[in-house]
Amino acid sequence: MELQVEDTIQWLEKSNEKIQQNKDYLTALDQAIGDSDHGINMSRGFQEVVNQVKSKQYDTVSDVLKDTAMTLMSKVGGASGPLFGTAFLRFSMRVKGIDPISQDAFTKGMEDALAGIIQRGKAATGEKTMVDVWSPVVDYFKGTTIVQADEVAQTAKKAMEQTKEITATKGRASYFKEKSIGHIDPGAASSFYIFEALSEVIKGEG
Amino acid sequence: MERVGIVLISHSSKIAEGLKELISQVITDVPIETAGGTEENEIGTSIEKIMESIHRADYGKGVLLFYDIGSAKMNAEIAIEMAESIEIILSEAPLVEGSYVGAVESGMGKSLKEVYDAVEKAF
Repeated sequence: MELQVEDTIQWLEKSNEKIQQNKDYLTALDQAIGDSDHGINMSRGFQEVVNQVKSKQYDTVSDVLKDTAMTLMSKVGGASGPLFGTAFLRFSMRVKGIDPISQDAFTKGMEDALAGIIQRGKAATGEKTMVDVWSPVVDYFKGTTIVQADEVAQTAKKAMEQTKEITATKGRASYFKEKSIGHIDPGAASSFYIFEALSEVIKGEG
Repeated sequence: MERVGIVLISHSSKIAEGLKELISQVITDVPIETAGGTEENEIGTSIEKIMESIHRADYGKGVLLFYDIGSAKMNAEIAIEMAESIEIILSEAPLVEGSYVGAVESGMGKSLKEVYDAVEKAF
């Protein structure tokens, strides 16, 4: 895989499409174990991201990701803003000066993004959060010589579905304790859409 | 006004404003700034609002931040990382009681560290 500026913008557009299509579903997930604003927040944030990156000319992938981060931080009201924002910001910092993004550079960016989410949210794996999707996806990239588009989406999907079985111990969902079992974590679901979008972009380039 | 500034961060602009009103009834010579709600004044917090409040509350003696729940803390941490030149501490004390104690201590002309320690000791 190789990511250029156009691919990155396409990744964000596809992520946005999926989030817009599933806005109500994400909100319903958040209604079950949170404060019901995840779909609204993410759809507002990603729409702004797409508006932003389509209105400007970019020379580097890093700059696209940096603008994505800043937009998410300022436009998503809930916890997803700082978390997804930090992820994209760390990613952008790690791939600064590298264009286009090779699989190796992408993997390093993903590693830093995950580290950022963990640091910002003070979360670990197994707490029913977006970390439970990001972590196996990062592991997949680290352990694979040639990334397969379908495997990216499958890894993320499986990981998202597994959050159903976990009791939430982090974030607003932790107030629901064992009642959180049986529900997919909303942040895990929106993370899945982002990786599903990525998988489609990787597929398109091959 | 050589006092440690206080910033009240809440998901609700009404909570932040109401709290400022409560504190201001007693403490009038301490810079107290609010960062409540999102940029559209909906429920949530805004890094930009927090940063602006930090700058307004800083008179050279630093700023102590108080927050309510969840993402307010993450946004406060990002704002702190961005406001490099100002001395800032994020208090983990409950928003209402903590900021009240903080404002009283700041009003005595104490340093940021002293105000922070006094708040910590109270909870």
